[in-house]
Amino acid sequence: MMLDIYDFYDKMERNHILLSFKGDITSELLTSILQIMESKLENLQEEPKVKKKVYNVLVECLQNLYHHMDEVDMTASDKTRSAIFMIGKLDSRYTIITGNYIRAENVKGLDARLQEINTMTQEQLKEYYKKVLANGEMSAKGGGGLGMIDIARKTGEKLNYTFMPIDDKYSFFSLNIKIS
Amino acid sequence: MEKINIESTPKTPSINFDFEKGFLEIKGRSIPENSIEFYKPIVESLEKYGSTPSSVTTVNIQLEYFNTSSSKCILDVFKKLESIHKNGNQLVINWYYEQDDEDMLEAGEDYQAIINVPFKMIQIAE
Repeated sequence: MMLDIYDFYDKMERNHILLSFKGDITSELLTSILQIMESKLENLQEEPKVKKKVYNVLVECLQNLYHHMDEVDMTASDKTRSAIFMIGKLDSRYTIITGNYIRAENVKGLDARLQEINTMTQEQLKEYYKKVLANGEMSAKGGGGLGMIDIARKTGEKLNYTFMPIDDKYSFFSLNIKIS
Repeated sequence: MEKINIESTPKTPSINFDFEKGFLEIKGRSIPENSIEFYKPIVESLEKYGSTPSSVTTVNIQLEYFNTSSSKCILDVFKKLESIHKNGNQLVINWYYEQDDEDMLEAGEDYQAIINVPFKMIQIAE
């Protein structure tokens, strides 16, 4: 089968994608991606305020993917370990879309957590953040469940996400974040 | 105790800890994936410093960005400082934030609400 590269190009163009990646998420990759995005934000001459917000939310989104790699079991195939992300810009609005496999048994818990975050006002998110920061358990690498709260707080928008069942073991989790 | 001087990297801040002068400065960006590993030596040094601290301790936190993974480690640093302050030693945390960076000011206020140490919020020009 010939891959229609123009079709990809056209879709990305029409969706105003600045950058996209599919594969293993490593620390080195994130360092490079963040450097690339920082210079893009610089070239687009964004206000420092916008630049900071986009950069901050991007760090949380991408590090979520990175930490997620540890959760998928090590015997899993490369396919289920890899992830995808796209960063787009339309007018003054940035979009960060991420996608990764998640074990079917973890869907319910994550869904409940994200739903809870989505019911909160900005003031409640601030209190919840402080509570988790002060009392929450920290994972070995320092995750600790603050990422999604922080994203909701900084963007001021509800978390927009879906789970698509793939087989009895895995679902595909996608998160669509808008920053304006 | 030896001074600690760690240079900044694209993902980690510079650390300057002068025990004799009672001065600790964390400056730059703190966005490592594994923040526990990075902050462990600083938390441990503060533990040692806490047994014979300088009568006045000044702490400057000047961060451009930090991720949520670092936020817990920064809290650990502040908890060590809190116990030094609790033992009757003078201590102040200067929290620097750039003009217009409301998120960074708010982050400082979050810590201020959790940690029982005098905070001073200092605005700097961009």
